[in-house]
Amino acid sequence: MSGLPLFASIGGAVEFIFAPQESNVTGGKKVGGFDKSLELVVGHLEVTFLALALALLIALPLGLYLGHRGRGELLAVGIGNAGRAIPELAVIALVATLVGVGMRNVAPALALLGIAPIIVNAYVGVRQVDPAAVDAARGMGMSELSIIRRVELPLAIPTVMGGVRGAAIVIVATATIAPLAGVETLGDFIINRNVYGENGLLAGALLVALLALTLEALLALLQRRLTSDGLKLKTV
Amino acid sequence: MRIDKTRWRALLATLAALALTLGIVACGSSDDSTTSGSTEGGEAAGTIQSNPDNGKVSLTIGSKNFPEQEILGEIYAQALSAAGYKVKSALNLGSETVALKAVKTGQISGYPEYASTALTSFFGLEPEEVSADATEAWEKANEEFEKEGLQAFEPTPFASANAVGTTKETADKYKLENVSDLEGVSEKLTLYGSPECRQRIDCLAGLEKLYGLKFKSFTPVDIGLRYTVLEKGQADLSILFTTDPQLSAESDKYVILEDDKEVFPAGNIIFVTDQKVAEEAGPDYEKTILQVQEGLTLKVMQELDARVELEKETPKQAAKAYLESAGYVG
Repeated sequence: MSGLPLFASIGGAVEFIFAPQESNVTGGKKVGGFDKSLELVVGHLEVTFLALALALLIALPLGLYLGHRGRGELLAVGIGNAGRAIPELAVIALVATLVGVGMRNVAPALALLGIAPIIVNAYVGVRQVDPAAVDAARGMGMSELSIIRRVELPLAIPTVMGGVRGAAIVIVATATIAPLAGVETLGDFIINRNVYGENGLLAGALLVALLALTLEALLALLQRRLTSDGLKLKTV
Repeated sequence: MRIDKTRWRALLATLAALALTLGIVACGSSDDSTTSGSTEGGEAAGTIQSNPDNGKVSLTIGSKNFPEQEILGEIYAQALSAAGYKVKSALNLGSETVALKAVKTGQISGYPEYASTALTSFFGLEPEEVSADATEAWEKANEEFEKEGLQAFEPTPFASANAVGTTKETADKYKLENVSDLEGVSEKLTLYGSPECRQRIDCLAGLEKLYGLKFKSFTPVDIGLRYTVLEKGQADLSILFTTDPQLSAESDKYVILEDDKEVFPAGNIIFVTDQKVAEEAGPDYEKTILQVQEGLTLKVMQELDARVELEKETPKQAAKAYLESAGYVG
């Protein structure tokens, strides 16, 4: 595969996203096009958000709690490292034999990928909060829960959000395998090269990259909004 | 006290690492230990003779990425190796588009393809235009391949096709025997198939167009899950293969519907290779491939599929057992 045909097909991929194209195996029916692309983008975002929400729900409280107690470093780091080694396809196949396929399979399987970065960052973020601030809060009579909520979490936001952003990227990228378990995402364009051809393959990849970048930008924006003013670097 | 704690942690960390490693190993394929049991391999067709001249030739045998293909790839690879060739294999090539491209670019020497797939997918034939006669389909495909500097060897005895499958229960409930019996009930039934099935004319698109059927829903799943979804009760109908071992091993559980309007053309395997590669490899290349596939009847292929899909042998083990019991290798 030389550089030139690849460049030539980026044009083809963009065309594929907007206008349906011929296919060899469909008996004359055209494939791809704007409506299909939009449908798959929506499906892709749906499963991504569901998985990310699940991951947050599980990992954020756990990471914050472990960080607050200053315990379980091994657990947090161990989960973090193990999380990177999860063979996602194997998880999906395993869950398929337990609960079948569809959203209830794919969303938890993808959430598993997001848990690792969120736990690790939440743990580290809370651990590096100035102990003096925590002591002061405790001295004022704050309960442990309020210390986490009103002192440690706000101060750890930049690090915590770093984990959330990492999780979002892994999930949005890996959601491409969802069509193998009953959930239609942009992976449909990528997996079914026989149907969509190389233009479809590249179109799928381009759209996923675009989604990842957009999501990253939005989360960065959210991070700025959530970060306390006192923590921001002031440029005058 | 302090030291003890550090040690304890180090021990824990080591254990965790060990557990992880074991977990990953367990996720990989099962070990390569030798097989037992026998596979009927047709009549003994003579042992493959190793020819020292072939040692100068390197071949790479490919296949698509599902068990039947991998078994076939292994059979050809091991047979050619027995004939003295230096053989590598690349048995995970995804779709036929990828496999064909790999042949054209010389990344692989050749791979097994279903004649029907070659005709519909590569050469644009409609499913109903594909000849039911194996030799005719092969001749037509070979003619087209030759225009592109490629070549297809003669077909295997067995043929495989997609099929609409269901559980015996569902078939009894709706009195289903042929695909056309689905008329009027298909709106109530869910269909599961490989992701590309939805738009293929030899799959869902054909069922809709040629049978005029509409289903309650179509859900894409990995080919490996085609029985899981039936078993879990998620799918009322699932796209199966006629060579599936489950159909004979669990014939009281699963049935396939007769394709009375011929949307799913049956295909015998033809080995697709490059003409130049075939020339350089010499006469033993084609001879060995044709010799070793002689024993591949539908029954034998089902049995080999069963070894891999039901008994969890590796394709390599199944292929070896076939070659040995048929007497191709000593």
